[in-house]
Amino acid sequence: MNAPQTPHALHFMPSAGFRARAKDVVENPFLRQSFRGAMDFLMSKRAAQFPDPEELESLRRLGERIRQYNLAKLPDLLVQLESNLTRNGIQVHWAETPEEANAIILGICQKHSAKLMVKGKSMVSEEIELNHAAEAAGIGALESDMGEYIVQLAHEKPSHIIMPAIHKTKEQIAKLFHENVPGVDYTDNVDALIQIGRNVLRQKFLEADIGLSGVNFAVAETGTLCLVENEGNGRMCTTAPPVHIAITGIEKIVEKLEHVPPLLSLLTRSATGQNISTYFNMISSPRKPGEKDGPGEVHLVLLDNGRSQAYADEQLRKTLQCIRCGACMNHCPVYTRIGGHAYGTTYPGPIGKIISPHMLGLEATANMATASSLCGACGEVCPVKIPIPELLIRLREESFTAPHANPTMRGQGAGHNARISAIWRAWSAIYASPALYRAASWLASRFRWLTPRRQAGWTSVRTPLQPAPKRLRDLIKERP
Amino acid sequence: MHSRSAYPTDVYFFATCVVDQFFPGAGMDAITLLERQGIRVHFPEEQTCCGQPAYTSGFPDEARKVAALQLSLFPNDWPVVVPSGSCAGMMKHHYPTLFADDPARKAAAEKLSARVYELTQFLVDVLNFKPEDCGSDCTVVLHTSCSARREMGVHVTGRKLIGDLAKVKLAQQDHESECCGFGGTFSVKQPEISAAMVEDKVKALKATGAERVVSADCGCLMNILGHAAWKDQQEGRKTPSLPGEHIATFLLRRTAKENTQ
Repeated sequence: MNAPQTPHALHFMPSAGFRARAKDVVENPFLRQSFRGAMDFLMSKRAAQFPDPEELESLRRLGERIRQYNLAKLPDLLVQLESNLTRNGIQVHWAETPEEANAIILGICQKHSAKLMVKGKSMVSEEIELNHAAEAAGIGALESDMGEYIVQLAHEKPSHIIMPAIHKTKEQIAKLFHENVPGVDYTDNVDALIQIGRNVLRQKFLEADIGLSGVNFAVAETGTLCLVENEGNGRMCTTAPPVHIAITGIEKIVEKLEHVPPLLSLLTRSATGQNISTYFNMISSPRKPGEKDGPGEVHLVLLDNGRSQAYADEQLRKTLQCIRCGACMNHCPVYTRIGGHAYGTTYPGPIGKIISPHMLGLEATANMATASSLCGACGEVCPVKIPIPELLIRLREESFTAPHANPTMRGQGAGHNARISAIWRAWSAIYASPALYRAASWLASRFRWLTPRRQAGWTSVRTPLQPAPKRLRDLIKERP
Repeated sequence: MHSRSAYPTDVYFFATCVVDQFFPGAGMDAITLLERQGIRVHFPEEQTCCGQPAYTSGFPDEARKVAALQLSLFPNDWPVVVPSGSCAGMMKHHYPTLFADDPARKAAAEKLSARVYELTQFLVDVLNFKPEDCGSDCTVVLHTSCSARREMGVHVTGRKLIGDLAKVKLAQQDHESECCGFGGTFSVKQPEISAAMVEDKVKALKATGAERVVSADCGCLMNILGHAAWKDQQEGRKTPSLPGEHIATFLLRRTAKENTQ
């Protein structure tokens, strides 16, 4: 059976079409079941990695401490990282915006008259929409991570930060390969499909002028870029082409090499339930004289794109602790219901809801923070203990409070609605006054038959709410 | 802090606005249950709401005004018992943050926080309540609210209370720890997603074959029972396919000697 296509084209006004996109998925039993199955699988893989709750808790505390320690020193560490990378022969570039990052990367490509860039998995490259920029500049950008390759063939964006093609069935992928890869017959044998992909990509690694990758941890004291991956494509991208460009957000930095193992372990166990990934690359310089392989040039692009806005606020800074494991998505009852594309942002799910407003502004993301029941499942599994529900509440406040001078966030007040604010003020006035509350609740109870039968949102799948004929305080008074 | 050795003589009962207005019977049953343990239960008349709806909706100033009223209602050093995990969580964990910039109230919030208990937590951890089952064989399923589970960490106490009832079998639902989709204003702001969540929750609860669902949170009950009743209406059933009640009501009935069910 072929699954229906994921609806709606993606765009960067996430708030605008969010409810409609979510509704389309929610009302599609095939997608509902498929996301549920995938998330159940990932949750059970992770659970098997952490059988001892006390060990898990102490590891999470360690992860949190390491990330907070490094964030506290971030400005100094960035300077130290730049100096050690430069000493190692890696060229460092700073980009404040996606446009600047694209210009830097395409500039390097053009300097080398590059025609083809082969890419390892990098969510930051998705964040800056590098593929579009490269295409516009006449440079081919080919994804080499299997999931990313599938998504690219389908002209889509990743629906999950770790498993970009999690929304696709093997039948859909079989059809995609058959229609897009020359000379490939239809097969939905997963091993055969992977071999087809690998054969295409193997040739491209040799042809590519540029290899692009992300970075999981940048180590300041040694000037080392660490890259976690499972398919070996990351190693190919960073060693085979003559030029390697790495791109990462400014927050992915640790001071010491000894900070890496605990974070790596938390990352792979939380993300895919693996003890360790199949590959772990540590890139510390371009090819040295006498070495037989490796790129002649290595570059690192450090991207801000709103991260320094989050950094400037003590509470919002916790957003930057993220090591991009995706566990919050896998455990989120909302993500499980609507999948990644409905969010309309590069980063979906709980982490997407708290980081996207810094990247895109609250104008574009004002209502996203409301798409959470604050159940806390994300915060409970986060390997570095980001208090995601607390941050969602904070973002609601930033969005709904009337615009004021000196806002902390771009687009503060974008979700402000005078009528809604007035309702909350009235609510507050009633509930802060025992007399008013007594009167209002008495009236609600006395005239309960006047309660509307249709209650926005609520009664679409529930019977109407109606106050009881007598309040608890009345029942207490009537006791013998 | 109240240890097991210090058996309280008096407690405050903070009913919550949902219990006061929508589930008064559950409130009465909780009070009766506590009184039966020899405890004097005090119900401060001026109580309204913990302030959570405004707080989680992004209106902290409005929440603070309401919370400030509740802060002033519990002058004696007695435990404050709350028949709801999420309202207890609000008072215990969020009041101190809410008043971070108001030293006097912050201190009061911290003192209050230390003596706020969710009902099942209080019954088990403080009273060491061992219900003696007087009912006949039955199977129930327990829904624990997300706040009770993750914020208060008291999901084990509800489970223990039911486990102690000799003739009650506790069924295990699929995806037990998953949210029912209520989330306060979430259910109205994102009705489609909330509907999908409650639909799955009700299906999972019904699939256990349990004759009723019990929960220590009336917010979840409103959502779960509201959807179950709506579904019954849609499908023309006259009797509820998933009856449910607050755990206080269930416990009281099961342990009342004159009653057999």
